[in-house]
Amino acid sequence: MAVRQALRRAGGRLLATQGAMAPAALGVAGRGLSTSAEPITLEIPVPFKGHNVEPPSRTVETSAQELTEFFRTMFVMRRMEIAADSLYKSKFIRGFCHLYDGQEAVCVGMEAALNDKDCIITAYRDHCTHLGRGGTVLEVFAELMGRKDGCSLGKGGSMHMYNKKGGFYGGNGIVGAQTPLGAGLAFAQKYLKVEGVTLAMYGDGAANQGQLFEAMNISALWDLPVLYVCENNHYGMGTAEWRSAKSPEYYKRGDYVPGLKVDGMDCLAVKQAVKFAKEYALKNGPMVLEMDTYRYHGHSMSDPGSTYRTRDEISGVRQERDPIERIRKLLLSHEIATVAELKQIEKDAKKEVEDALSKAKESPSPDSEELFSNIYRKSYGAKSYGADRKEVVVTLP
Amino acid sequence: MLGVFRHQANGARLIVSKFLGQGKGGCSVRRPFVHASPLSRGMADVAVVADKMNVRDALNSALDEELTRDPLVYVMGEEVGQYQGAYKITKGLLEKYGIERVRDTPITEMGFTGIGVGSAFYGLKPVVEFMSINFAMQAIDHVINSAAKMLYMSGGKISVPIVFRGPNGAAAGVGAQHSQCFAAWYGSCPGLKVLMPYDAEEARGLLKAAIRDPDPCIFLENELLYGVEYPMSAASKDKDFTLPIGQAKIMREGKDVTIVTFSRQVEIALKAADILAKDGISAEIINLRSIRPLDRPCINNSVRKTSRLVTLEEGWPQHGVGCEIIATICDESFFYLDAPPERICGADVPMPYAVNLEALAVPTMDDIIRIVKRCCHRGRAAA
Repeated sequence: MAVRQALRRAGGRLLATQGAMAPAALGVAGRGLSTSAEPITLEIPVPFKGHNVEPPSRTVETSAQELTEFFRTMFVMRRMEIAADSLYKSKFIRGFCHLYDGQEAVCVGMEAALNDKDCIITAYRDHCTHLGRGGTVLEVFAELMGRKDGCSLGKGGSMHMYNKKGGFYGGNGIVGAQTPLGAGLAFAQKYLKVEGVTLAMYGDGAANQGQLFEAMNISALWDLPVLYVCENNHYGMGTAEWRSAKSPEYYKRGDYVPGLKVDGMDCLAVKQAVKFAKEYALKNGPMVLEMDTYRYHGHSMSDPGSTYRTRDEISGVRQERDPIERIRKLLLSHEIATVAELKQIEKDAKKEVEDALSKAKESPSPDSEELFSNIYRKSYGAKSYGADRKEVVVTLP
Repeated sequence: MLGVFRHQANGARLIVSKFLGQGKGGCSVRRPFVHASPLSRGMADVAVVADKMNVRDALNSALDEELTRDPLVYVMGEEVGQYQGAYKITKGLLEKYGIERVRDTPITEMGFTGIGVGSAFYGLKPVVEFMSINFAMQAIDHVINSAAKMLYMSGGKISVPIVFRGPNGAAAGVGAQHSQCFAAWYGSCPGLKVLMPYDAEEARGLLKAAIRDPDPCIFLENELLYGVEYPMSAASKDKDFTLPIGQAKIMREGKDVTIVTFSRQVEIALKAADILAKDGISAEIINLRSIRPLDRPCINNSVRKTSRLVTLEEGWPQHGVGCEIIATICDESFFYLDAPPERICGADVPMPYAVNLEALAVPTMDDIIRIVKRCCHRGRAAA
């Protein structure tokens, strides 16, 4: 009965995929179920709020394929971050580790509206953003553990993941620095007449940084195609937004730069907003997008995350606004997938993450020579020294 | 750009250029853009390479040639465009290359430096001017954390072909906040290249090399030298003339003592060397040109020949460039020394304003002569 309803909704083309919905076919292709690209129209529950701009429509077009992909990708991201939590506690990861679980809808929704001509730059909570731009779970884990197969050869760590080919510029440890850097990326896109935008992401903590306003001023003056995406998870480390910002309406803080407030826990709302903003930016210049989101973990692994907010608040958000659960409900209510099929997706995702983890654990540490690599592109025979200058002298490669 | 001539009340002609709002579809607002015509101002011309040039024109010619050579190069900074440059280094460039490539910025160093670095991540080759390198301190996070360290942190994925340039160090009467020398601070950073030209030929050759270099370079000029003329060699007039990064130059050969210096003090050291020669002291003068990478072989070979070392700089003494030079000699050539090395530096004070105090804060020729003699065990003994 359910299958026939789905077919009616999706149209005749689904007949071809009917076989894929049979339980026997599950687990073979890894996706199975309805991967139809037929449009499904949905209403975004939480309205957008506009500042100096008319918000986009709440009616968004998606498809079974897209919703399934949202679910799968966010689930992989969630598992990856939770695995990173365990890795940190077992001391495989050192230093700083800032986890993104809860915020997955932002980077996944963004990617649905972007292409390879667009660029993203973000701060230190970058593992999932890196994945969204084409990174692999293996290279994230290996980087976190400081191994050779890490995306930065093990030399960057949690906060320094990059993928230039994929248009991902990190991975930045200094709060707020990525905002003028992002405006610079947009400057280059415009200079080279590339039909793309840059999303410069920052948090509610960074939203008060002076250089953000310097970047906004110049990008508005020069009409740069940059979107300032504020991932407002309501806490800048341990400081709640009402304690750090006189005006926590971050989408309005651009003043002359128009802004949009978006439910950042809803992939489709994020997708709609970014699609709208990208079209705007390519013609007119910068826009601010405030994504109302939430992080389940503390600021970093050394922060329990419960000294400045209540456990009820955290579990409340998880209960009512979790981005993965939202998509799950959509997939089930639109009969795109059954409970069993979703369980299979979850199982496959867990396996993907576990396989990547074991492979990453096998990856060796970088060779000692790597201490001196990539200081310069062109070294002119310059020398560099280790702690013992007599023993360790290297002509830079 | 469309040009429309309009007569001003005083008869001077202004070119009023209009341009469409940038971006597809265009802004609804057409912003008028006014700049002085060459006829009314007589100064909006780029420098012509000649047998004698001042440092300002030499820098200008380097920027001009590199802007022509590579469309990815662009210039950005305060007053670089319409004002023709606070120190006229960028004169004529806006008229020749247009607003896309010669960008006037608001007074927001951290913002525009970040933008420059971000554009270099993508692949452009910005030349970011700081009106004074002292102002670069506002943007130093981007110079070091965003630019210098990026290639390393990204495992070689993202290089940053950017040049930061501007006048560095003491000028004349500009006070404490405008007189600091940053050679030592920047010189300690791996991933950065630090260049300090002395004369016009070096300014031209090193700037061209820096712009062509794929790594972040900070190019420290000297305001007092901008107007000074120097002869230019035939080779230096070529549009592909560059000087090697990381190589010092022996300005004057000698056998009794090695004086290692850079920038403006090179000239003063050369004059001091003439006077010392009359007293029978033959001084070898090394002009570093490159603070990082440092030409250690050149310095060491020289001291192994002369057995004495005097370092000379205008910056602060503690943790200054001289310290690294002395350390490198101690590492590699200690037993060649016949006397402890001496360092001549600016006074260990913020730069005062009063002219007599200012004169006490920067090394003079008399200081150099006295200290070299002391190093050579002639004249007053060391305290």
